[in-house]
Amino acid sequence: MKTICLYFQVHQPWRLKKYRFFNMGKDHNYLDDMQNRSILQKVARECYLPMNALLLNLIKEHKGQFRCSFSITGTAIEQFRAYAPEVLESFKQLAATGCVEFLAETYSHSLASMASPEDFKEQVKLHTAVLKKEFGVKPTAFRNTELIYSDTIGEMVAGMGFRTMLAEGAKHILGWKSPNYVYANAIDQKLRLLLRNYKLSDDIAFRFSNQGWDQYPLTASKYVEWLNSEETPGDVINLFMDYETFGEHQKADTGIFDFMKALPKEALDSKQLEFATVSEASKKYQPVAVLHCPHVMSWADEERDITAWLGNELQNEAFSKLYAQKEKVEALKSADFDYVWSFLQTSDHFYYMATKWLSDGDVHSYFNPYDSAYEAFINYMNVLSDFINELDLALEAKKAAKKTTTTRKTATTRKTTTTRKTTKKTEA
Amino acid sequence: MRVLMFGWEFPPHIAGGLGTACYGMTRGLARNGVDVTFVVPHAYGDEDQRFTHVLNASEVDALYGSTNSGADDILEKMSFIHIDSNMVPYISPEEYETYHQKYVKTGEKVWSTTDAWKQRYTFSGKYGANLMEEVARYAVVAAQVAKNLEGQFDVIHAHDWLTYYAGIAAKRVSGKPLVVHMHATEYDRSGENINTQVYAIERAGMMAADRVMAVSNLTRNIVINKYGIDPKKVVTVHNAVRFAENAGETPVRGVKDKIVTFLGRITYQKGPDYFVEAAAKVLKKDPNVRFVMAGSGDMMNHVIRRVARLGIADRFHFTGFLRGEDVHKMFQLSDVYVMPSVSEPFGISPLEAMRSNVPVIISKQSGVAEVLDYAIKVDYWDVDALADAIHALVTYPALSKMFSSKGLEEVTNLKWNDAAAKIKAVYESAIEENKNQQL
Repeated sequence: MKTICLYFQVHQPWRLKKYRFFNMGKDHNYLDDMQNRSILQKVARECYLPMNALLLNLIKEHKGQFRCSFSITGTAIEQFRAYAPEVLESFKQLAATGCVEFLAETYSHSLASMASPEDFKEQVKLHTAVLKKEFGVKPTAFRNTELIYSDTIGEMVAGMGFRTMLAEGAKHILGWKSPNYVYANAIDQKLRLLLRNYKLSDDIAFRFSNQGWDQYPLTASKYVEWLNSEETPGDVINLFMDYETFGEHQKADTGIFDFMKALPKEALDSKQLEFATVSEASKKYQPVAVLHCPHVMSWADEERDITAWLGNELQNEAFSKLYAQKEKVEALKSADFDYVWSFLQTSDHFYYMATKWLSDGDVHSYFNPYDSAYEAFINYMNVLSDFINELDLALEAKKAAKKTTTTRKTATTRKTTTTRKTTKKTEA
Repeated sequence: MRVLMFGWEFPPHIAGGLGTACYGMTRGLARNGVDVTFVVPHAYGDEDQRFTHVLNASEVDALYGSTNSGADDILEKMSFIHIDSNMVPYISPEEYETYHQKYVKTGEKVWSTTDAWKQRYTFSGKYGANLMEEVARYAVVAAQVAKNLEGQFDVIHAHDWLTYYAGIAAKRVSGKPLVVHMHATEYDRSGENINTQVYAIERAGMMAADRVMAVSNLTRNIVINKYGIDPKKVVTVHNAVRFAENAGETPVRGVKDKIVTFLGRITYQKGPDYFVEAAAKVLKKDPNVRFVMAGSGDMMNHVIRRVARLGIADRFHFTGFLRGEDVHKMFQLSDVYVMPSVSEPFGISPLEAMRSNVPVIISKQSGVAEVLDYAIKVDYWDVDALADAIHALVTYPALSKMFSSKGLEEVTNLKWNDAAAKIKAVYESAIEENKNQQL
């Protein structure tokens, strides 16, 4: 009996509007509301709503034997709240079935794990809190942005109390080994790793509608045959993909929904396959080995590295300038600043600045609203510069307010309470 | 006096300083009692028509091509049209293709049919891949314009190499004297690796001209030394600056930091690299300064990368190409204006900055340095000196105040009226000489 572990990633970035130098210091609304709303509602219509309904039916139909896992970023949840509350509602329904597991990740789909352990922890804490609030669950498994993983990142994740983590079944890490087993982190072996079977995952996510593919068209029975064949040995087959695969990357008319509808029945009828959530699958099997991964890897591009986000000087500059603001944001403790700080961290902004257009150019340009990496960089830096400027001003104002209250305090002790109130007002 | 003037751009459709200069100049000439017929490729219909009669070259019918209209003599006179290829006038790329194939197959010349030439030439008006064709086609139309306007002008004035063939054509058709205006030489645009085709056109234009006007002594020297033009016919006429009637509202400043601006095409000629290096040096000393690079160009991506690598991208901003009101706004927001050009025949933008009360730093390798006293002048390659000057202007209010007030005074005295009077004198001498030659 082999286990199928289905995991879907749900993410939407807050897209920035065209923010020019002339806006700086005057305009602090950085988001393209129109674009954010229209994209989210389109994806909700074509993917989230129909696919959630489909999964809910499958769970009911198979009486708990069909199970799957999700991670939903904080920025996606924020946009559901703002533009499509019915999507959030349908996820809650899925959560209520008990057959769906929600994984923790970074709140903003950020690269915080590359910045510092503190930034990373902060982001994970925020996301865990939002899961608790929306779905009433406490996650035990973790997935990092874009499956970014290394031994030390795994160690940090274990340190935060997670027992399972997802990673890419990258060829250069696995060598002759198979991704279809449970592995353990090299530093803290209590952390179990599930590795993405990229071939079988991409058969659905990328190749499904490719008419030039020699296996086109892909049917559920054919796919289940592959899973059961000797070509796919092991305990657990990890099929990890973007949730937007269903209805968005693969449109409805490709038959992707019909495929997903038929898949559980075909698999369960074969009597050789079962479904499990991430944590269930990792508990069920003993790790076969430790996985050594000294260098950072991800699930992106042919190289499976992080050069799509931190691969050129533009990205490095934006990244270091952003995280240099950490202390200021913390010192302010202002919800407004925290909010901007959160969406500026989203990895997509850095993705837009990538200049590696060779093998994976298609995917990059598909997701990119900017004409060039340079344009993306200029726009992001304009926003960031204004944010930094506002941070500095707010900090100065805070300092000044503190000074006046303390001096007045010594002068007239009786009036302290009222002055405090007024200074608070001016701050606001 | 009446002038037939050939240009390539005219406000508001401009890519550089040439259009601005032409506008100021024609206004100045109008005030000096000179009528100007300005020929520009691709008129857009919304040009300011108050001071020149804008003739849409695209609307001029080239009649003389028909073999049976008795215009063969003009064709003969225009042998120069055949530069590099037999690609002269075509109507649309598709049509040209058909004609060209016919020509290759049968050897039949495109213009042997009566109708082929009776076409309206459509000019793209932008610098493009087919520039040489554009130049040649422009010359063909220019000849027609000159013929149509026979007796309605006394002198021909051509701006920059793009229109030199047009100028020569008009001179041959009309027999009127030709004045060519060197706003930039090929050496300014490309350094020592010049485009020899362009060089050849520039030289041909100046050789054929009765007078050559250079925008600075710097340019005059290049013209004499590198093109071998007779010094006697090369005259320096410095550009001026036009004051807009309404200065517009002063934009509200968003940031309280000092703003140092570079405004121009981001190309080799303008020295953007030196501005970036100087910015990094200044920011090391004083982080409360912001640098703005306004414009676009083939070196832009290179500059962005350099800025990122220096780690100053939060203090160094790019605006992209600015036009009209935005240019004005940018000047008003600036505390220091820098023009570090490697080679600048004149450089009109520092004058516009000074007009907005902004102290300027200019390279010694610019023509405008010849007419300005109240500007800090540095060698373009001397990044330390440039950084030092920027730092001084943003740190010492006394200095910047002196430069902005005295600078405004100085620039106010650089009037297009005066420059135009000089140009008029050049016309007169050319006409006089031309008459004497004909006698």
